[in-house]
Amino acid sequence: MTAATCNDVSLSWYEASARQRIDALVDAGSFCEFIGPELREISPHLAIFDLPEQFDDGIVVGRGRLDGKAVLLAAQEGRFMGGAFGEVHGAKLTGLLRAARALSQDVLILFDTGGVRLQEANAGELAIAEIMRAVIEARRAGVNVVGLIGGRAGCYGGGSLIAGTCSKVIISEQGRLSVSGPEVIETNRGIEEFDSRDRALVWRTMGGKHRFLIGGADAFVDDEALAFRQSAIVALKISPGCDVAVLAAEQARLERRLQRFGEVEDAVEIWQTLGIDQPTEIPARPTGAFLRAANNRESADDAR
Amino acid sequence: MTLDDILAGLFPNGSSIETSGAMISGQAVLSGGGPIHVLGITQGQPLGVDEAIVLAGRLIEIVKSGNRAPILILVDSASQRMSKRDELLGLSEYLSHLAKTLLLAEAEGHHTIGLLYGGSAAGAFIATALATGTLVALPGAHPAVMDLPSMARVTKLPIDVLKAKAEATPVFAPGLDNMVRTGGIDVVWDAGAPLAPQLAAVLQRPQGQDDRSRLGAARGGRRKALEIADRVVALATASHQDARHG
Repeated sequence: MTAATCNDVSLSWYEASARQRIDALVDAGSFCEFIGPELREISPHLAIFDLPEQFDDGIVVGRGRLDGKAVLLAAQEGRFMGGAFGEVHGAKLTGLLRAARALSQDVLILFDTGGVRLQEANAGELAIAEIMRAVIEARRAGVNVVGLIGGRAGCYGGGSLIAGTCSKVIISEQGRLSVSGPEVIETNRGIEEFDSRDRALVWRTMGGKHRFLIGGADAFVDDEALAFRQSAIVALKISPGCDVAVLAAEQARLERRLQRFGEVEDAVEIWQTLGIDQPTEIPARPTGAFLRAANNRESADDAR
Repeated sequence: MTLDDILAGLFPNGSSIETSGAMISGQAVLSGGGPIHVLGITQGQPLGVDEAIVLAGRLIEIVKSGNRAPILILVDSASQRMSKRDELLGLSEYLSHLAKTLLLAEAEGHHTIGLLYGGSAAGAFIATALATGTLVALPGAHPAVMDLPSMARVTKLPIDVLKAKAEATPVFAPGLDNMVRTGGIDVVWDAGAPLAPQLAAVLQRPQGQDDRSRLGAARGGRRKALEIADRVVALATASHQDARHG
């Protein structure tokens, strides 16, 4: 037995690359990559569009240790094609989840994605569907699948649907979780519906604080790799599985959300309904004060 | 084919299906006499939080009821509803929840069949048709991730250039044939032949693993996905054994 090696690297999760995030998350020196960049498994489709490839297709998958426990990990690189899911990119994650089920090992997914890569849209869309099925099959075999959200590209489109299949979601203030992005809503419905340049509106509608307050995320952490690490260690302690009782509880939770907040116009009204003192101050509060103010939030309580 | 034509063709022995807005829900009798649950999103409508929660609630009732009758979900939708309200309320959770209830039903022994008879796109397609155990389509169905004009805007390529590229590969452009070649749709039914026997043929097949990447490889539309996924499984398994015996 090797003793768990503490990882004490200080790093902004938002600013870091996929590889830096993994290195800072797992026990020092424990990561081993599958199909690394030296094998040059690039997208076979980007050349059709005269676009540059990346040797890992924008995702790093492999195995490591977290507080001594063997885990499988995937990290998306938001700086390559917005972290989008293409054929190879998606298949690496599908394979990792199928292995997790077969080996009964927990999985951490470090999301950083705009969704499906349009240049290979059909392959990307199918990859999302295959990944979601593989997540549920792994969870039903008792495996934890934990999503970590706090990267530059956020967690949008099909990525947000995968996050919704995870047993636990950890998010930072910078993490944005949403199906349609701000520009997509504005393009389709007009600037009166959603002004994508209004950054405050984007953050309070899709950002980590709001998602934590409505129960869309289970843990809220600082934009700091160590904070994600500590939270991930805690998230792996219980395996809620995914049976009819869990999904019936999620049904009740999501129905309740519609009943409580279905008629409101803005996130601030939701925070007010939650009984938060000075709800307009939520975006400005540092983590400690925010977590104290979030006492009456809607909690998912493993109903996901 | 209209929805009524399809239902009449699928269930000559009768069906009892209620319509509520763009959603349908009910039961029908299979040609062999057994029951089948039927639900769907119709009329090319978008799928938002309000629709997803109703469909998911129905699926949970079905799974809880304990009978293991097959479930057919009919799909003619737009994409996910793109609105501030839906995103404010956490649309991703609602769409995922719907997909999870379909995956749960399949795992609990219900045969889940998707029948794409119109459009569907993006998040709505993933949360409904693509979350079933077997997805079939009728001719004229038109699945898409994004339409070509929007894709032209995002990729900054003229639409004629995109159309020319679409001739060379099934991997990005919308359309039924491309979704078949990439393995997302198992089979396109013959609209000129009776539908009930075609449904019966799908239901006779045993439930199994997700074989969409295998179909995509065999049909030449997605040559890498299966191989890459299998290699990751093999590497993870080998490194697991090394860690245990090393």
